[in-house]
Amino acid sequence: MDHHVTLASLAPALPEIWLATAACVVLLVEAFAGAAARRIIPTLTLALLGLGAAATLAWAQVEAPTVLFSGMYLADPLGTVLKLLSFLFVAVALLYSRPSLEARGLLKGEYYVLVLTALLGICVLVSAGSLLSIYIGVELLALSLYALVAFDRESGVAAESAMKYFVLGAIASGCLLYGMSLVYGLTGTLLLSEIATALQGEPSLGVIMGIVFLVVGIAFKFGAVPFHMWVPDVYHGAPSPVTLFVATAPKIASFALAYRLLADGLGGVTPAWSQMIAIVAVLSALVGNLVAIAQTNLKRMLAYSAIGNVGFILLGFVAGTERGYEAALYYTIVYVLMALGSFGVLVLASRRGFEADELDHYKGLHARDPLLAVLMMVMMFSTAGIPPFVGFWAKLQVFEALWASGHLPLVVFGAAVSVIGVFYYLRVVKLMYFDAPGDLPVPERHTGVRLTLALNAVAVVALGLFPQALLELCQRVIG
Amino acid sequence: MITLQHMLTLSAVLFSLSVAGIFLNRKNVILLLMCIELMLLAVNFSFVSFSRFLGDLDGQVFVFFVLTVAAAESAIGLAILVVLFRERKSINVEDLDTLKG
Repeated sequence: MDHHVTLASLAPALPEIWLATAACVVLLVEAFAGAAARRIIPTLTLALLGLGAAATLAWAQVEAPTVLFSGMYLADPLGTVLKLLSFLFVAVALLYSRPSLEARGLLKGEYYVLVLTALLGICVLVSAGSLLSIYIGVELLALSLYALVAFDRESGVAAESAMKYFVLGAIASGCLLYGMSLVYGLTGTLLLSEIATALQGEPSLGVIMGIVFLVVGIAFKFGAVPFHMWVPDVYHGAPSPVTLFVATAPKIASFALAYRLLADGLGGVTPAWSQMIAIVAVLSALVGNLVAIAQTNLKRMLAYSAIGNVGFILLGFVAGTERGYEAALYYTIVYVLMALGSFGVLVLASRRGFEADELDHYKGLHARDPLLAVLMMVMMFSTAGIPPFVGFWAKLQVFEALWASGHLPLVVFGAAVSVIGVFYYLRVVKLMYFDAPGDLPVPERHTGVRLTLALNAVAVVALGLFPQALLELCQRVIG
Repeated sequence: MITLQHMLTLSAVLFSLSVAGIFLNRKNVILLLMCIELMLLAVNFSFVSFSRFLGDLDGQVFVFFVLTVAAAESAIGLAILVVLFRERKSINVEDLDTLKG
């Protein structure tokens, strides 16, 4: 362990340092600048994100895993890729949500500060090398999200969903912490690398108890059944632009949380947790896809779809092999890309005084706005796992990983559940193309945002036609 | 003689009490916040006990972080509570039923 900290040795932590500074800058502009200067905050935030990503690419890349701050911080290629993707996804989410925030009178500097601190939390979590940094990352993200959900102070529903999110999220943190305290007490260290060497072979009863609490915490944060109660309420209750944010980048954080704890820290005792994760994953995939059919609200339907998809991500972890983690990583990235698209359409189909969140609001969308209808169709087909869209490859990767690790029943189960899922995704397409629009309003045309959304759909199609590049990237960073 | 066993039992009892409190309480949101606080303190107790037993300071440093984060968490929880009360004129848990998860 080196004790000489120089400016150059801090370079791998550049994304976090940059984000913390950026959040302070935006907050100061919001607090002290005049009304005219405050209007640049959305653009300023995007510029700061772009510069941060460029600086990360230029100076913060590492060839091999590097530890900083006495092992608390772990920089590795996986971390760099996840951080750059989070920067990208957050920037796109901010672009999509701007018109909608403006229409609701929510376009305030604090929103951007909270988004930046949430992103900082994601980055800390992605690069966590010890239980303490995992906890700090989780809380930094969660506290920002609670505040974002309650951001619309005029809405009672938003406040109610924020309260539920807060209470359940706090229980999740409590369980995670209790599990951490048991693992710390029985291994005598907080560092994930040392925990991995200490925990090998048959774990003691105390360690198993610790693992149970950790798995409960992870499942809560992922929103997996039976700890999914907050997901539909938060997706439904939060203002749509916030839902768009909550549903996308934090999923990368959940993946990082699971990967750092289960693969990095508890990799030596895989059998102890893979069965628990398998139960959670199977229940999530089943309940998510079945209950989604009964929904009449698109935000709730997408919430249950998220629960179902989380089940598939966790199925990747069940395999417990490098192959499985690669599949889970690939699935997470692809899912976030598709969720960005579907919530982007949802946000753009709304206009001042009209919230397009019921399924019936999508009747005849094709006649009112052909572009949005096509984009939504691409997202729905892809999320349903229909080839040649990228969602198909994501599911296939998980199945292949499960097959290779000898989990044949889970492959059959996953395939069956995917078929059930196709039904409710296609229902949205049917509403858009084959139902009469009635007197539903025509969405406003925001050219720049629509162009980004179109690019998002192009990415979903292109990654589906040429899946190799992203797959190889996932293989390189996990291996 | 008080051993690690005793301390861990106390921590586990406090933790279970707080979880039970969260799920049994149907009256007041403030009680939920108190239960959450108790939960974090139970975990802190467990960390301090292990830290003392192992002769390793890391656990106590962790407790400082948990205390700080718990303060931030209460601040946000109470802020949400204020917004909720202004909209609903009630902090009864049973009134939080517009959304059905």
